[in-house]
Amino acid sequence: MARGIKNKVAILGMGCAKFGEHWDKDEDQLMLEAYEEAIADAGIETSQIDAAWLGAAFDAVNIGPSGIPLSIALRLNDIGVTKVENYCASGTESFRGAVYAVASGAADIALAMGAEKLKDTGYGGLPVRTRGTMHDMIGITGSAPGNFAQLAAAYRAEHGISKDDLKRAMAHVSVKSHANGSKNPKAHLRNEVTMDQVLNAPMIAEPLGLYDCCGVSDGAACAIVTTPEIARSLGKTDIVTVKALQICSSNGWEMQGSGWNGSYFHTTRVAATRAYEEAGITNPRKQLSLLEVHDCFSITELVTMEDLHISDEGQGWKDVLDGFFDADGQLPCQIDGGLKCFGHPIGASGIRMLYENYLQLLGRAGERQRKEQPIFALSHNLGGMPNQNVSSIAIVGLADA
Amino acid sequence: MTNNTGILGFGAYIPMRRLQRAAIHAANGWFAGSLGGLARGEKAVASWDEDVVTMAVEAARDCLEGYDRNAVDAVWLASTTHVFADRQNAGIVKEALNLADATGAMDVAGSMRAGTSSLIAALQTAATGETVLHCAAERLMPRPASEREMLSGDAAAAILVGQGELIANLIGSHSVTADFVDHFRESNQSHDYDWESRWIRDEGFAKLMSTAIIEALDKFGVEGSAIDRFIVPVAVRKVPELLAKKTGIAEKAIADTLGATLGHSGAAHPTLMLAHALESAKPGEKILLTSFGQGCDILLFEATAAISSMKPRLGVSGWLARRREDSNYMKYLFFRNLIDLDRGMRAEHDQKQPLTSLWRNRKAVLALVGGRCTKTGTIQFPKSEISVNPNDHAIRTQEDYPLAEVSATIMTYTADSLTYSPDPPNCYGNIEFEGGGRMMAEFADVDPKAIEVGDKMRMMFRIKAIDELRHFRRYFWKAAPAF
Repeated sequence: MARGIKNKVAILGMGCAKFGEHWDKDEDQLMLEAYEEAIADAGIETSQIDAAWLGAAFDAVNIGPSGIPLSIALRLNDIGVTKVENYCASGTESFRGAVYAVASGAADIALAMGAEKLKDTGYGGLPVRTRGTMHDMIGITGSAPGNFAQLAAAYRAEHGISKDDLKRAMAHVSVKSHANGSKNPKAHLRNEVTMDQVLNAPMIAEPLGLYDCCGVSDGAACAIVTTPEIARSLGKTDIVTVKALQICSSNGWEMQGSGWNGSYFHTTRVAATRAYEEAGITNPRKQLSLLEVHDCFSITELVTMEDLHISDEGQGWKDVLDGFFDADGQLPCQIDGGLKCFGHPIGASGIRMLYENYLQLLGRAGERQRKEQPIFALSHNLGGMPNQNVSSIAIVGLADA
Repeated sequence: MTNNTGILGFGAYIPMRRLQRAAIHAANGWFAGSLGGLARGEKAVASWDEDVVTMAVEAARDCLEGYDRNAVDAVWLASTTHVFADRQNAGIVKEALNLADATGAMDVAGSMRAGTSSLIAALQTAATGETVLHCAAERLMPRPASEREMLSGDAAAAILVGQGELIANLIGSHSVTADFVDHFRESNQSHDYDWESRWIRDEGFAKLMSTAIIEALDKFGVEGSAIDRFIVPVAVRKVPELLAKKTGIAEKAIADTLGATLGHSGAAHPTLMLAHALESAKPGEKILLTSFGQGCDILLFEATAAISSMKPRLGVSGWLARRREDSNYMKYLFFRNLIDLDRGMRAEHDQKQPLTSLWRNRKAVLALVGGRCTKTGTIQFPKSEISVNPNDHAIRTQEDYPLAEVSATIMTYTADSLTYSPDPPNCYGNIEFEGGGRMMAEFADVDPKAIEVGDKMRMMFRIKAIDELRHFRRYFWKAAPAF
């Protein structure tokens, strides 16, 4: 394994726009909202930023191609700006670009932005789009819920769980996230929901009902990173560093090979193992303090608890029902409401997760602040579909952790 | 024509959905009350993703079950509702069947006689030593509330003709051409225009057709009484009986027109009825096939001893048994583009077909040919330069591995109400082929409430998407519950 980047990069500042249906805003306004918070937090000038990355997944229906929308929106100082797209993991991919630039020494200070303006398409849910000419001939033009719903069928079959038990565990995931989101002023959805509401909601893609699906939002989130040394020289005392950053992309094995059973994310398992090794974490269930995972759908969050090696295989649904991942549980998951309620402006989500973990580590999360001081906080940002995807994991913690 | 030319095999295809004629009348009776007498039984209706090409492919597969496809020299397709006016429809059938490129193909059209005229020509070609797969398919578009809507049905049939192990010899054929316009449909028009039925019966069937049959029997040197099966693909009641009487053929020889269970499948109907007759024909039986459309075609076959041993995969009766009763007339109208429902924005998704990539990948797309690694035996879909096997990513080791006829099992599934489908919810999932290979496939002919992991599936050739902007359609394979 590579030496990794543990403690080589510090987060200097972060910002996040309020997520939601911003009928009155364009992308550049959302990016500026996130940026103003981040640059103020960092305590630097725009001219000090050496390089920038922009994560956006549906650029064709909102922001448009290239890194230029970001450099124009922030009037960046004639620096290199790169647009990255890696499905719904685009946010963490953007962060990875900035972090690697600093870790390599190519940049002293780098910026990562994630932004998406999804509410200009005219319909709910994610836009339909092509996945390439070959896919359009032999693949399925399904929906995101339809793709992820299939996890449930396979998970039930693999672990012999009844439809009702799994549906209840999935519902608990959503009830918990709505309770958390209600406490977050920047969240898109701030209403609490009951088990009955979730269980009786209209079916979107069997067995996922309306409340098993996350919101589709407009939003932007921003991170400014540098080295721990530069952060200290700029006067920072509580320093949050990157402990691990891993991305794993499917190579077609799940969909075309043999061995995968359809009930889990192969990529997440691999990325998690590598991330723990990079961060020096040996017992994630005990050592992690917070989880922000890619809960695009309730079933995704549920199986991810196993893929992150926190729950045993086939047991995640029990941990969920036991409240292990509730805000007052042993390992809170989506303490900010998650994609489910904070919202899911695709390219922004990975950085939004880091934003929450950053605030929590620094004790700046307000009403939703975890009582015990968090040590390691993990974010998991996933793109694609269960049989072919990009899974990214970022672990952050205080510099001395 | 030599007497060692004839039929080697036969098959059929009938769509699963059977629209109840009572449901048609319940919707249209207020307007077309006179059709109440026809509001009995059911008609086979194609799904939104089925057309003449897809149905012909299924009929051909039914026919070629167990037969060496390398022995097929040509594929012909007869229909009056061809999908493409200029792109060889039979050529798509050839690709879907994964036949060698050195295969002939031809589309035949123009009248209700297209199927029989094509069959006669196929038999003439067979006399030169070639083996011809004759297919006929029809998906008529009758005007709502018409008599034709009540009487028609969608179906396809295939007859393999050649020399060798024949199940029926051709004794002879006879054709009469006369521009008797009982109904017509101009190119690019959807609906037929029909003339008065009493005139068609008296001048068409009773005179033109009966005369032609008498002439044919005379030419073949066979008495009407010698005919064991009399195939009259005419939907008008009592016409077969009338013709039998005029030609000296026994009434008991009259074949079931399948009106009650399927409807009249236009130019495909003579071939379909022939396939049906062959299912139960006994050695030595004489089968007289007729057709009517601007004249008549008449063919006489005699079943051989081999007939008892050659059966299609399902045949007409097998497909008739694979049936789902349907009383949803609105759905029928929508599937046929006869009613414009609000399909929502997701239906606007434009998928331009890059014809270049279709050409490069035609075996994968049209014939569901995957790859098999010659080094490790790993089977995969689609074929790729580097094997998917994680233990040996061998490079350029794959050979063609056809998967269309391999059964599969459901690994994962969903019934998706969000994505656009003309027949929601759209059901799909990952499937695994017996012996190896996987893909995510759309499901066809499925009950959304009755899908489970582990269900056995069979691949079917269907329309994947219709490009309304450029008037093109994509074809691909879908998984249907095993049958």
